[in-house]
Parts: sequence; C-alpha cells; structure tokens
Amino acid sequence: MKLSKLVLATVALASGLAAGQAMAQAKEQFIPVLSYRTGPYAPNGVPWANGYVDYIKLTNARGGINGVKFSFEECETGYDTARSVECYERLKSKGASFVQPLSTGATFAITEKAPADKIPVVTVGYGRSESADGSVFKWNFPIAGTYWVAADAIMQAIAKKEGGFDKLKGKKLALVYHDSPFGKEPIPLLQERAAMHGFNLQLLPVTAPGVEQKATWLQVRQNRPDYVVLWGWGVMNSTAIKEAQATGYPREKMYGVWWAGAEPDVKDVADGAKGYNAVTMQHGAEPNSKLVKDVMAMVHGKGQGTGPKDEVGQVLYMRGAMSAMLAIEGVRSAQDRFGKGKVMTGEQVRWGLENLNLTQPKLDALGFAGVMRPISTSCVDHMGASWARIHTWDGKAWKFTSDWLQGDEQIIKPLVKSTAAKYATEKKLTPRTPADCQS
Amino acid sequence: MFYRENGQFKTTYRADQQIFPIAQDRIAILAMLVVGFAAVPLLASDYMFRAILIPFLIFSLAAVGVNILVGFCGQISLGSGAFMAVGAYAAYNFFVRIEGMPLLVALLLGGVSSMVFGMVFGLPSLRVKGLYLAVATLAAQFFADWMFLRIQWFTNNSPSGSVSVSNLQVFGLSLESPVAKYIFCLSLLVIIALLAKNLVRGAVGREWMAIRDMDVAAAVIGIRPMYAKLSAFAVSSFIVGVAGALWGFIYLGAWEPAAFSVDQSFKLLFMVIIGGMGSIMGSFFGAAFIVVLPIFLSQVLPVLASLFGIEISTAGISHAELMIFGGLIVWFLIVEPHGLAKLWSIGKQKLRLWPFPH
Repeated sequence: MKLSKLVLATVALASGLAAGQAMAQAKEQFIPVLSYRTGPYAPNGVPWANGYVDYIKLTNARGGINGVKFSFEECETGYDTARSVECYERLKSKGASFVQPLSTGATFAITEKAPADKIPVVTVGYGRSESADGSVFKWNFPIAGTYWVAADAIMQAIAKKEGGFDKLKGKKLALVYHDSPFGKEPIPLLQERAAMHGFNLQLLPVTAPGVEQKATWLQVRQNRPDYVVLWGWGVMNSTAIKEAQATGYPREKMYGVWWAGAEPDVKDVADGAKGYNAVTMQHGAEPNSKLVKDVMAMVHGKGQGTGPKDEVGQVLYMRGAMSAMLAIEGVRSAQDRFGKGKVMTGEQVRWGLENLNLTQPKLDALGFAGVMRPISTSCVDHMGASWARIHTWDGKAWKFTSDWLQGDEQIIKPLVKSTAAKYATEKKLTPRTPADCQS
Repeated sequence: MFYRENGQFKTTYRADQQIFPIAQDRIAILAMLVVGFAAVPLLASDYMFRAILIPFLIFSLAAVGVNILVGFCGQISLGSGAFMAVGAYAAYNFFVRIEGMPLLVALLLGGVSSMVFGMVFGLPSLRVKGLYLAVATLAAQFFADWMFLRIQWFTNNSPSGSVSVSNLQVFGLSLESPVAKYIFCLSLLVIIALLAKNLVRGAVGREWMAIRDMDVAAAVIGIRPMYAKLSAFAVSSFIVGVAGALWGFIYLGAWEPAAFSVDQSFKLLFMVIIGGMGSIMGSFFGAAFIVVLPIFLSQVLPVLASLFGIEISTAGISHAELMIFGGLIVWFLIVEPHGLAKLWSIGKQKLRLWPFPH
C-alpha cells in the first residue's frame, strides 16, 4: 500500500516536471548556467555566478536583444567534472545555444562533445589555451584571453620590475600551482620564457583543494625564489598567502593568476596580503562602472539581485558579468546576420561569436566603458584580445599598478599553433579552410 | 500466485544447478534484457542516456567488481578509484600509442593492466585484514593519483595532464550516438555480470566466501588463502578497470586524475554496502541509489519547492540534496542493514505466498 502510493507520487511528480519543461519552451533564448556555489571553490564560484546571472537579468530588464528575452537555469556542479557533464547534458536538452563550463576539467570533457551537439563552448579567460586557434577548435571560444596570456602578462610585469627581460637571467621563479589541468596550463608558456631569458623555473604543485601547503612553502623558504607565481584558486589562495606570511616571503614578489586575484582570496588575510599582486584579464574591481550602476538600479533596485548588494562590482562579479556579456553579444551579432528578434541556434551563435566586433561605443552603451577594451574575433582567432593588467591589494581594495600589458604574440602564437596542430593530428581533424570560415 | 516453483521438477543435476533454477526468474531476466536492449533505446531521451543510463551502467559494472572483492571475499578495499584510473589510463595508452588498436581490445587490455596493478596492491591482504587492509589499499589510491599527475608519459605528454579520446568505433560502427554508447555499455555489463555471477556460484566463488566467513577455517579445510585472495583482487580489479576505461572513454571523453579520486573509491564502497554485500543484484541497486538519486533529487527538489511556493537558491538545493541523500543512506542502513538486495529477496519471498500469506 505504502509503496504503491510512493510510486504514484513519483509518477505524478515526474509528469509535473515534464509539463513544467514544456511550458518553458516559450520564445526565449535559453542560457545554461553551470556554477559551483558549494564545495572548496565556492568562495570564488559564488560571486562569478552572481555576476553572470545578474547580467542576464539586466539584459532582460533592458529589453532583451532585439526583443528576445533570455531565460536561464542554474545547475550546481560542485566543480566535479562528472557532475558538470551531467549538468551540460541536462541543460543542453532544454535548448542551450552556448555553454560556459567554468572549469578546466569540464571544458576538456565538453570540448569533445560540443562539435557533435553543435553548441559553442565559451571560456572567458580560462579553459584550454590552444583553443584560441579557431581553425582547429571550431566550437571553442576563449574570448578575451587565456591562461597563457595571463602567464605572459605576469612575466612582463616581473620583467618590468626588474628592468627588462635581460635582467631575468639567473633569477629563480617558482610556480606554486593547483595540481589539476587548470594549474598546469601556464607551464608550457613559462618554460618557453625560461628558456628564452635564462631564468630558472621551479614547479611546486599543491594537491587539490590546497588547504595543506606546509611542504610547498618549506621549499620556497629553502630555495628563496626571486618571484612566486601563484596559480591557485578557492581556499588554496588564502592558504598560500597565509603561508607566505608565516614563512616571511614578501607578498610584493608574489603574482597570482586572475582566479587568485579577487576579494575572497585576500579578505581573510587583509593586511597580511598587502602588496600581493595578481593579473587581471582587463578588468579589476569596478564598483564605479556604469554597469554596476545599471545593475543596482535595474536589477537590485527591483529586488531581483542575486547576491549580496555590496559584492556587486567586485572582481569575480565583474568577471561573471563580462562572461555573460560576451556570449550575449555573440547572440546579438548572430541576430544581425540571421534575423533580428529570432531565437538563435547553437550554430548561429557560433557564427556570432566568431564575428564579434565590440567597438568602444558599443561597450560604452553596455556600461563596460573603462572596464574592458574593444574586442573583435575572427575565424582564425577565437580569442580576440590579449590585454591584461596587474592589480595589487593594498589591504582594503584591489588597485591597478600597471599599464595595459599585451600577451606577446611572438611567443603565444607559435605555442597555440603547435599545440593545436598536435591536437588536430591526435584527433585526425583537418583544419578549417577559408571557405569554411564563411559558413 | 505467479511466483511459485511448485511443479517445476528438476530431473537432472544440470537443471538443478542452472543459474536461474526457477522458470519465472528466467522469464523476468529475459524480459529485463528485452526492455534494456529494445524498449529503452526506443523510449529514452538523449538526456536520459547520456546523463543517467550510461553512468548507471558503468557504475553498476564497477560495483559488481568491488562487490566481488568486498562482498564475496571480505577484503575491504578503498583503492577502487585507483583501479578505475589504471584501467582508464592504460586503455588510453594502448588506444593512442598503438596504431589501429580496436577500442574493445584497448578496453580489455586496460582491464588486464588494472588486474596486475590490483594484484600487486592486493599482496598486503595476505598479512592484514579488515580496516588495516582498507588503509593499505588506500595507498593504491594515492599511488595512482601521484602516478598519473606526475609521470607525463602516461598522459601522452599533454601539457595540462588531461587526456581525451574521440571517434570511437566498435566493429566499424561509430560510438558517437548516445544509443550506441548505451548499447555498448549494456552489452559489456551483461556479459561481465553473467560471468561474475557464474564465478561466484562456482568453486572459486565458494573459496572466496569461505575466506570471507572465516579465513582460518577455510585454510584448514584446504583452501589456499593466497590463491583465493589474490584471485579475488584480480577478478575485481579487472572488472573495475574495464569500468574505469568505460567511464573515461564513453562517459567523460576527456579526463584528468581527479575524475578517479578517492571520492570515487568511497562511492563504490558505499554502493556495495547500500546495495548489499555479496550480491550481484545488489550492485545494481547500489549503483542506482548512488548515481541516480542525487540527480533525481536535484531535479525534483526545485519543482517540489515551487509547488509549495518556496523558491530555493541553487546552493540551497545542492545542500538539501546532500542532506536528504545522507538521511536516506542512514535510514536504509537502519531499516535494512543487509542492503537493498535483502529487501529484494524479502520481496521475492513474500511474492511466493502472495496473495494468500497464511
């Protein structure tokens, strides 16, 4: 008796679920949101997701793209690759036209599935660096920078501090990295730079999630590297900064990747992190930007904000918003070609992302003035721009301490080409011809 | 009424010893196979295949493997994730490095590599038992993590340490569509589960169970502990290795060592404990419980909450999912310490008398 009731309830529930899904099939462009609001990386995942979702809400409040509104659904991945794949499959079946995996491991897995599903993979500033080569990675879009660009910008900042790349000879540089595909991404580029300029690169892996780093920092204390590059994330960052404080390693000589350069990473250490540097892919904390004002007025002002109000405009919040903006602008540019006011398919959005042309006036209109530079992508170049800046924690806030830096094409391009070519031969792919670019 | 063996007379030893001696069981299994191979491919959606059915099949296979070691031979192992990893990476290396290597052969060779690895790490079982053995097998887990993170050769020198496969084919048929993947996994699962079922019914299986129940007594009646324990490790890690290779090749497509972390080992052990130790059927129940339930909860909770007009945040759902899941585990273990398989067999007993229990 009990069991049959249970079965009945389940069936009723499942059918209700199906009906709910059918209702959502209105004329809206669906955006899948893969996020991690739980687990060891949640401190960084939450503000990103808030920014991402708020920007979608803001776009709807602004009237959508040519009248097409956006619907979205969040799926919690917990930064687990298997769970991310499940989320991808789940949200894909609801009509996703692009996906942002928000994890290097998931990016690798979804990269293998996306071409068959015809869904572009947008990885703003993360993912696999060689996917900037659009002739091999037709469906991947690491727009506005990759980890190689980030690593190169850090090297340039260090060289500037030392007074030129030739001064780096004989210096010691330690890379303290999260032991995962994410953490290993910068290694090829740093090795290339080390060979070019004759400095000594030391690799110090930290086992995920990175709460235990005593051994690593003991090595730092013994070797006394001239600079430490921190490729960390989530709880690993604040732990690393605390350990640096404990070992007495100067924070001024530490450079973090952009996942290690936001408020949650340094907040707990506050003064102890003073002087700590991190690369940003274009933007930093932008509480005074027009975008933040718009979000405050049109989203939070209406009581629809996603996260706490005082976190709007923080570094990772901006990152989320910018990621959403770039993909949504891809939808807009697709609409310009395939019909305004229509819901775009994955293939159409792919074209849009490939022909993105965000000029300064367009950015100003979107509220991104001063946040980022104009960007345009092409068939061959899926990255679009390789600008970065360095910002430094002054104990209370992140402040820019460098001019605009640009990833050195002389180094990154050949590396992208050769790695992408290796991928192409491994997968037996033929690079796209110019004719294919028009499609 | 329907499930009675009255009137089914066995006139030969052969008939008495067959795998499913009761005619209704045979029919039920056949029906399940027909449903699995014919009805499900016609009915299930893309999402069902890719996100639920394929992981369920692969984890069922792995749980069958772990159950042989933990449930049948009584050797508690926390190294299952490592065996999966070895299977996946070995299959990857065979597949990529040898030109024209067929997928099926690569998967089986992955299983064989995992078997060797499992036997090496099973050696401590000759000296230590119980929880101490669990700790010793945990070493396999850490060793595998270290090996695939640090030795670049295993990952084909890929800069990020992540490996990927695509364009999979079996006998000239492409394995790109979810249905093809599903059928492929199901076929492997059916074949291996059948072999495992026969193994545990035979002489080897009896040796394993004798060792599990009391190893000293088993040794006294002439069972060689070394042979029995190592064969259990070998069979178990072979199956788990094949499952690991399937997990990498068929489900993920691209993976890193974190895909086979210690969490995976725990999950597999829980599957066996919740599903039912020493039961092939239990492995399927356990896999379904651990793989499908969290996904089901995360989909149903928001709908359920919206029925009552409550809106829960994504993080809230994920927390609630963990809490309910944990609560259910505790509840099941209290209500039925012998696992879901025991519930199944109680149900079968009741069915024999139904509808006249007195």
